[in-house]
Amino acid sequence: MKVYVNGESRDLSGEFSLAELITQLELAATRIAVELNREVVRRNDWSGTMLHENDRVEIVHFVGGGAA
Amino acid sequence: MSRAVTAASREEKLIVAGHAFSSRLIIGTGKYRSYDEMRSAHQASGAEMVTVAVRRVPLDRSSESFLDYLNPSLQILPNTAGCYNAEDAIRTARLAREALQTDLVKLEVIGDQTTLFPDNEQTLEAARVLVKEGFVVLPYFSDDLIMAKKLLDAGCAAVMPLAAPIGSGLGVQNPANLRIMREQLPDATIIVDAGVGTASDAAIAMELGADGVLMNTAIAEAQDPVRMAMAMKLAIEAGRLAYLAGRMPKRLYASASSPLTGVIK
Repeated sequence: MKVYVNGESRDLSGEFSLAELITQLELAATRIAVELNREVVRRNDWSGTMLHENDRVEIVHFVGGGAA
Repeated sequence: MSRAVTAASREEKLIVAGHAFSSRLIIGTGKYRSYDEMRSAHQASGAEMVTVAVRRVPLDRSSESFLDYLNPSLQILPNTAGCYNAEDAIRTARLAREALQTDLVKLEVIGDQTTLFPDNEQTLEAARVLVKEGFVVLPYFSDDLIMAKKLLDAGCAAVMPLAAPIGSGLGVQNPANLRIMREQLPDATIIVDAGVGTASDAAIAMELGADGVLMNTAIAEAQDPVRMAMAMKLAIEAGRLAYLAGRMPKRLYASASSPLTGVIK
C-alpha cells in the first residue's frame, strides 16, 4: 500500500493505523499533530484510524519563527 | 501624581480574549544564533507570550522538540506563517490547536513573497472560519482602519497591523494610520506586528496608542540580542507611559519654560 507522508511516498505492508505509522517513523508523539487527507485526526483516534491506498498524511511540529 | 500614574500603569495589563499579560511585548522564536541565545533574549525581554511556526516534521532524521527550549511559563502563540491562502492557514491553525491545546492563533496569510505583505482578503476569509470554530484569532494585516473594522466584526480578539514589511526593521512607516486606528477603535486591542527595527520604533508604536508590539528580527538579528531584548522591554514600557501621560502639543515656535519676568538687567 502506498501512502504519502509529508509529501513523500512510502510503501507500507499490510494493515496500518496512523498510530502504527507514527511508531514506525519513530516520532515522539508529544506536541505533534496529524492530518489525514486534509482533516485533523485527534490523538485519541490515531490507533483507530486505518490507512488506505494513496492516503495523504501530514505530520507537523513546531519550529522557531516570528512571521512568514 | 507620578506615583499614581506608575501604580495605575502597573495594574494595567494587556488583555487578549481573557488572557492577561503584564508585558506588552510579544516575541518570535526564529533567526536566533542558538537556542541558548533565544532563551536568554526571551528572559531579558520580559515577554510572556512567544510565537512559533508550524512545519512538517522531518522524517529522515530524529528531531528534538523545539518547544523544549522554551521557558515553560511562556504562553505559546502558534502562527500560520508560510501560508499563502485561507485554506492552508485554516488547516495550519487546526493542526496547531490539536498539538498545543490552545485556541490562540496568530493568523497570517501572505500575499507576496517579495514584500511578505498580507493578503487581507484571504486573511478575513480565514478569520471568519476560525472564529466560528472557537479560535482566538490575532490577524496580521495591512495598517488599514477599514480592514481592522472588518476583522473585528468577524470576531477577531485583536488586530495586528504591520508597522513595515516583516523583517525589514524600517520602523513605523505610517504613524498616521496607527493613530487613526487607535482613535477610531478605542476599545480594540491593537498589537503592532512586524517592521520594528530598534527600541525607538517600539516606543513610537506604543506612543501612538498600540496595546502591544510583536517582534522577532529586531531582537534576533541584533548584534547582542539580549541587550536589545532589554532595550525593547524598556521602550515598550516608556512608550506606553508616554501614551498614557498624554504628550504636550507640538508648536512651531519656542515657548519659554522659565518666567518671562524678573530677569536681571
